[in-house]
Amino acid sequence: MPSPKRITAMASKELFHILRDPRTLAIIILMPVLQLIIFGYAMNLEIRRVPLLIDDQARNASSERLINAFSHTPYFQIVPANQRRLEPEELFKERRAQATLCIPVDFGSASQVLLLKIDASDPNSAQLIQSYAQGIIASGFPASLDLRPFILYNPDLKSSFFFVPGLVAMILVMICALLTSISISREKELGTLEQILVSPVSAMEILLGKVLPYIFLGLADALLILGVGMLLFQVPFRGDFLVFLGFTFLYVLCSLCLGLLVSTLAKTQQAAMMMALGITLLPTLLLSGYLFPIPSMPWLLQKLTYIIPARYYLQIIRGIMLKGNSISELYQAGISLGLMSIVMLIVAVKRFKLRLS
Amino acid sequence: MNVVLVKELGFAYGLQAALQNVNLEVPEGLIYGLIGPDSAGKTTLIRAICTLLPYKQGMIEVLGRDALKNSAAIRAQIGYMPQRFSLYKDLSVEQNLEFFGRLFGVNSQTRGQNMEKLYRFSHLKPFAKRLAGNLSGGMQQKLALSCALIHTPSLIVLDEPTFGVDPVSRMEFWSILHSLKQEGISILVSTPYMDEAEQCDLISLIDKGQIIGQGSPADILAAWSGWLYRLKSSDLQNLYRFLKAQSCLDDLQLFGGEIHLGSDSQLSDSLFINWQRQCPCLEGWEQIQPSMEDAFLKMMK
Repeated sequence: MPSPKRITAMASKELFHILRDPRTLAIIILMPVLQLIIFGYAMNLEIRRVPLLIDDQARNASSERLINAFSHTPYFQIVPANQRRLEPEELFKERRAQATLCIPVDFGSASQVLLLKIDASDPNSAQLIQSYAQGIIASGFPASLDLRPFILYNPDLKSSFFFVPGLVAMILVMICALLTSISISREKELGTLEQILVSPVSAMEILLGKVLPYIFLGLADALLILGVGMLLFQVPFRGDFLVFLGFTFLYVLCSLCLGLLVSTLAKTQQAAMMMALGITLLPTLLLSGYLFPIPSMPWLLQKLTYIIPARYYLQIIRGIMLKGNSISELYQAGISLGLMSIVMLIVAVKRFKLRLS
Repeated sequence: MNVVLVKELGFAYGLQAALQNVNLEVPEGLIYGLIGPDSAGKTTLIRAICTLLPYKQGMIEVLGRDALKNSAAIRAQIGYMPQRFSLYKDLSVEQNLEFFGRLFGVNSQTRGQNMEKLYRFSHLKPFAKRLAGNLSGGMQQKLALSCALIHTPSLIVLDEPTFGVDPVSRMEFWSILHSLKQEGISILVSTPYMDEAEQCDLISLIDKGQIIGQGSPADILAAWSGWLYRLKSSDLQNLYRFLKAQSCLDDLQLFGGEIHLGSDSQLSDSLFINWQRQCPCLEGWEQIQPSMEDAFLKMMK
């Protein structure tokens, strides 16, 4: 059994290291703020297979033609409608659809008005969804047809709504993975590990002791990025703060465990740094749904996103900040993060060598 | 009782053999020295004894327990001081001691008492708040020794503790080791300095991964047979080349400012005078008692 005394001995020693090294501390604090400010650009990317729910109240030849036009493009994937009528808000919160198209009862005869509701918690996608839909209408239907977009959560399509949560996800995983992996490989490099190995300490105790202080540092970083983001870019925070803190804790834990795993592979600090950056930076940017919506990815990449922690955290943070999600809508993502942490911790403990070679 | 027992130990780094057929018995309550030059295999042997190496040949028992099967119990009971300074340089003297005390589960009251006691012999108390990285080499070694002693182990294993330390600090370090021995602590220590062999009760001479001699320092010197001469010259290289060319001489060593010449039989003055005629740079000669270094060099052959 891991002894709490030895874990706290490791953890408090680690805390001394952190406090003694103002340069690292400065990087931890300044890097996120700088990145946040630099990332002020809107991004334009193509998307595919947007889950679209069509609420066809007319059920006539005209509406069928319209539905066909939407289902025959690669841009939309029609979500089958349930028996129970769902409000778009609910669908969006559960992420079952990203847009809904409402066809009124008298469509084709009296009315020419269509209502397109779009989930704009990812404003970039929302903009594209709007212009795709307008393109479909314009190319095959009379000009009198009136498509009225209705944009939820982010009516102004501000890109800051998009990049601030994404940046929290990216910076957190990067810094946390870096911190633990460097901290352990430094002990290998300096030979201090050799000294503490000849003691009753176990692999689990060493690793938990390393993770503990950085959980607080990671959480502090999350709050810092969030605070600056809200202050500088007026990003809203619609959900519950404690729920946010709870899920962010899981994400930080998961990222730190990822760092532990890296440290069992890397022998030097430099190798640890390259590896930690390599497996966090690009995958998070490209495969988490931050820049590219997951449904528009090829099959293999879609499957790959399941092992990217940021995939889950993006759902969580966008859900809480922009949609006001509660635990009931996010617990699955939370469980995924928790499970990933446990698996990575166990693998790291198994791989951690208590002997030199 | 033996605190360390090594039988037919062999170890290789890949294909490179580091230890071959090493046998060692370290009795309780003594200072046991492992003496040998750099890369002789001292560190490998010490790491294996400290349960840090997964050896495949032979067996090691430390405090009566098998080093492979029972490493956790051994690790909790011995004090280890690695070759490189392995404490946290960004932690203070006090924080390092506290950390190792807590790691070994020493409760805070005992920890305080032990620290006071360790400060007494190490004289590190005035530096308690100083960062370990800012201590002098000698003080760093005393701190490392203190950290290895914080949980009052019955056996401490020290890998080249005096390496790179000034002569005064080396002497002080050895006197600390002697007082630890008085308290009944068994000490296994390695050193590349032959002159430190005299400080040990028993020694093993180790070279190229093999034990080449074992016993008390006096035994090893007594085992020397033959005569040893010290030759002086202001041009040692020249003299060395000249002596090398003499077919009858095989035991010839360059020693700092002199040449040591070993021989199985007594050499007459007339022989030296004859040499001096042929090679005027030979300035003087005398018969001497062999030192540990002479003994070691002879055993290496």
